[in-house]
Amino acid sequence: MSERDRSPLFLPVIYVGGLIFGLGLAISGMARPEVVLDFLQFDDFGLLFVMGGAAVVTGITFTVATRYLDRAPLTASEYTRRVKEFDRNVVIGGVIFGVGWGISGICPGAAYASFGVGNYPILWAIIGMFLGAYAQGYIRSLGTDDTTAS
Amino acid sequence: MEPVVPLLTTGDPFPRGILPYLIGGLFVGLGAAVIYLATGIIAGASTFLESTLSYVSGIERFNRFKYVQSRNWRVVFTFGIVSGAAIWGLALAPDPSIWTTNVQWWRLLGGGILVGVGTRLGKGCTSGHGVCGVGSLSNTSLVNVATFLVTAIGTAQLVAALGVSP
Repeated sequence: MSERDRSPLFLPVIYVGGLIFGLGLAISGMARPEVVLDFLQFDDFGLLFVMGGAAVVTGITFTVATRYLDRAPLTASEYTRRVKEFDRNVVIGGVIFGVGWGISGICPGAAYASFGVGNYPILWAIIGMFLGAYAQGYIRSLGTDDTTAS
Repeated sequence: MEPVVPLLTTGDPFPRGILPYLIGGLFVGLGAAVIYLATGIIAGASTFLESTLSYVSGIERFNRFKYVQSRNWRVVFTFGIVSGAAIWGLALAPDPSIWTTNVQWWRLLGGGILVGVGTRLGKGCTSGHGVCGVGSLSNTSLVNVATFLVTAIGTAQLVAALGVSP
């Protein structure tokens, strides 16, 4: 998909999709680290319905689109599923992500939404995420870990 | 769900009810579905970190084609997330107001750094793996989600046990 093949509606639709996504994160409480920490500490299991509800919607959408629909109207891209190659970094990354999520109660999408509800202290977390993403990219670009570059 | 988990402290597993969670989750899925149906793109929230770094960093890793060619729409997507949350929090919510967290800054910064490392090393985050990958029944994503859930629960319980609150 190159930019010149895109419909002029491409960016507006991305924006609207992001808007609905952010609305959902705010409604669900995931934009509040306290709510996430309550879940992780077994005080409130409601968060299961956020991930579950969202995954059911995407699951049905992916199934219908990959089986019955031809190509995406705005980009002419084929519909595919999200299947990434498995390697040990998936587990190592999951552990590091989990420790970070457990300490802070915030993940990337929820952090952007949290900023949207006026939670300016969340900038600490967003700055941290950029620092972390930069650090791992910098270290991996030194060539010590080329096997998993994807 | 029966509270089978021994660490559960109170009787009610859903003190805030389940409706806001369920409705919020359906909206999150719907937002991803709108983008997917229109463009074929499976949007995750965390690739934004690396693709945005390509604007300011000369490091080759951040300037790979997949980041540079997606960085503009990822900024738009993120701006959409921020404004959607703002519309809810500041206008549509039952009690519209600015909300700020009481979680201490060092938890946000330190946790954020680890989240940034982990999501990029593990090829995705709560939305990429958790929503889109699980929705795709991808084994890679199911393993990643199980790993980060278990680790996060252990970490949060440990932090709470150490007396850090909030």
